[in-house]
Amino acid sequence: MTHMTLPSLIPVIPELALALMIMALLMFGVFRGDGSTRAVSWLSIIALVVTIVLVGMGPTEKTVAMNNMFVTDGFARVFKTLTLLGSAVALILSFGFNRDHQMERFEYPILVLLATLGMMLMLSANDLMSLYLGIELQSLSLYVIAAFRRDDSRATEAGLKYFVLGAVSSGMLLYGCSLIYGFSGSTNFVGIAKALSGVPHGDVSIGLITGMIFLVAGLAFKVSAVPFHMWAPDVYEGAPTPVTAFFAAAPKVAAIGLFLRAMLSPFGELVTDWRQVIIFIAVASMLLGSFAAINQRNIKRLMAYSSIGHVGFALLGLAAGTQEGVRGVVVYMTIYLVMTLGTFACILSMKREHGMVETIDDLAGLGRTHPAMALMLGIFMFSLAGIPPLAGFFAKFYVFMAAVNAGLYILAVIGMLASCVGAYYYLRVVKVMYFDQPAGAFAPVRGELALVFGATGLFTLFFFVYPAPIMAAAETAARALLP
Amino acid sequence: MVIATIAFYLFAAVTVAAATMVIASRNPVHSVLFLILAFFSSAGLFVLMGAEFLAMILVIVYVGAVAVLFLFVVMMLDINFVELRQGFLQYLPVGGLVGLILLVELFLIIGGWVSAPQASQVAATPIVEGVTNTRAIGQVLYTKYIYLFQVAGLILLVAMIGAIVLTLRHRPGVRRQSSMQQLGRRRDQAVELKKVKPGQGV
Repeated sequence: MTHMTLPSLIPVIPELALALMIMALLMFGVFRGDGSTRAVSWLSIIALVVTIVLVGMGPTEKTVAMNNMFVTDGFARVFKTLTLLGSAVALILSFGFNRDHQMERFEYPILVLLATLGMMLMLSANDLMSLYLGIELQSLSLYVIAAFRRDDSRATEAGLKYFVLGAVSSGMLLYGCSLIYGFSGSTNFVGIAKALSGVPHGDVSIGLITGMIFLVAGLAFKVSAVPFHMWAPDVYEGAPTPVTAFFAAAPKVAAIGLFLRAMLSPFGELVTDWRQVIIFIAVASMLLGSFAAINQRNIKRLMAYSSIGHVGFALLGLAAGTQEGVRGVVVYMTIYLVMTLGTFACILSMKREHGMVETIDDLAGLGRTHPAMALMLGIFMFSLAGIPPLAGFFAKFYVFMAAVNAGLYILAVIGMLASCVGAYYYLRVVKVMYFDQPAGAFAPVRGELALVFGATGLFTLFFFVYPAPIMAAAETAARALLP
Repeated sequence: MVIATIAFYLFAAVTVAAATMVIASRNPVHSVLFLILAFFSSAGLFVLMGAEFLAMILVIVYVGAVAVLFLFVVMMLDINFVELRQGFLQYLPVGGLVGLILLVELFLIIGGWVSAPQASQVAATPIVEGVTNTRAIGQVLYTKYIYLFQVAGLILLVAMIGAIVLTLRHRPGVRRQSSMQQLGRRRDQAVELKKVKPGQGV
């Protein structure tokens, strides 16, 4: 019997701690029953904050662990922090809605935490196997959360649709992974990169490239990029609003982070091969996100198309394939996260006596009935449209700059045109709020929602005053991924 | 060697025959029982190949859990299988044609298959002498792949929570058995004495 040493656990401490806290909270919830939901929710938020601190205290340089399947570096740290923040705020947003709609069950925060753990594993994946397991842990939790209101037919439809399409995309992803393994002889990102390095460009086997394209297709589904976006509008509309807020925020950020790592770390040598695919996905997402949203009446559906468009803009930075591009994507996702959470805090405040309303016409005259909320929602809409000096402008600015510097002029021009078209429907919301006849006042806004949209609105408004910390973080992330 | 060959043909024949009976028998309960027989004889084939761990897993998981579950479903759901099978002759030509095309394609692919000479060496993992299957799996599963193993466990946890969240309902008014309550019942709560007057009934 040979003696074995324990694997080094220091790089995985945040994930390990989160997993243990989840199980402790699960036990607490099971033994205390549904009466403990509020306590479990607050403890979950505390657990996320503790994990953020642990991520911050972790190793700053690149460290691999667990038989090279797990990697943590500056890039993973930044994206993990964003994801954890997004999940924590999404939990705060869910309090009022869950109580009013018989969703106050302690499993909800637990499932959100498990999904977040899956996202952290995705962001630290250094192997096709750990990538797949991370994605599945996240997706499976999300399917359940989408159908959490099981007596509501729209929510169950959303959950089922998401589940079936998600299973198809997992199939594509796995097929791609098996091809990549077969043709490169390794599932490890480092191993794949080694198998590709030094091979002349024409000699890369077509099987490996096919596998990589299938991998891209699977990942594009997870970020809901065109042509794998079909699930997003239906799921966003059908799922309960706090769930939609969560879907639009944290999982999207994590999936984009994984997309960046999976493309740039093992397949960095094949940039010319995947760039054309990413360019197509980005252009199609930007255009569809802009044009399809014009006719939407439901604000949740509108946000779904908006998020498809924003993914397209973020993928511009990946298409550039440079350090500057990665920096642009990190900044983009940070600002997108803040704007989305703020917008959903406003949407969750759209409540009349008889229940929630979610069409754009219900916002009519908000400027007179709720001036503060209208102001904030207006700021988010201007920012999502990318109008300076709001944060959304800088987000787009950095990815466009990266695209231009990488020589992708046409792509940048298409992006700018798409964002002009998109401005129409964002500004229509502003017009409805300020210039239409009031459609009746909403119920008083809950304190925590006002806090969230106030804080995120101020961030969006004053980002340009002091962008240095976020730029610095993005710089470290980009340097960690592309040294 | 002769005994192994005889055993192989025995198990193989039983597997094929049982598999045929799964789809041929009229009674669905018989189908499931034949399925169990097919699983058992495949487990025998695995043992002959030296994969005893797989054989045991097949028996425990497929026979012990999956087949029993099938049996429950078949017995609980009132499905008329004879009705389902109507129209069999109607679909036979199209189905048969598709099957035939698939068979021809399969032959074409397998007939044209050339494997690289070094492929078999690369694919084969050396088996350490004197280490059983179970031990060999255990040696990598809990060392090299401990991370994946634990994450898979978390995914199963999510599946369990999800199944409970989406299906468990606490209905009010269900009379559950509570042994504490039953034991704590006293005579004066349970028995009521009534004086019955003669000739009037209760």
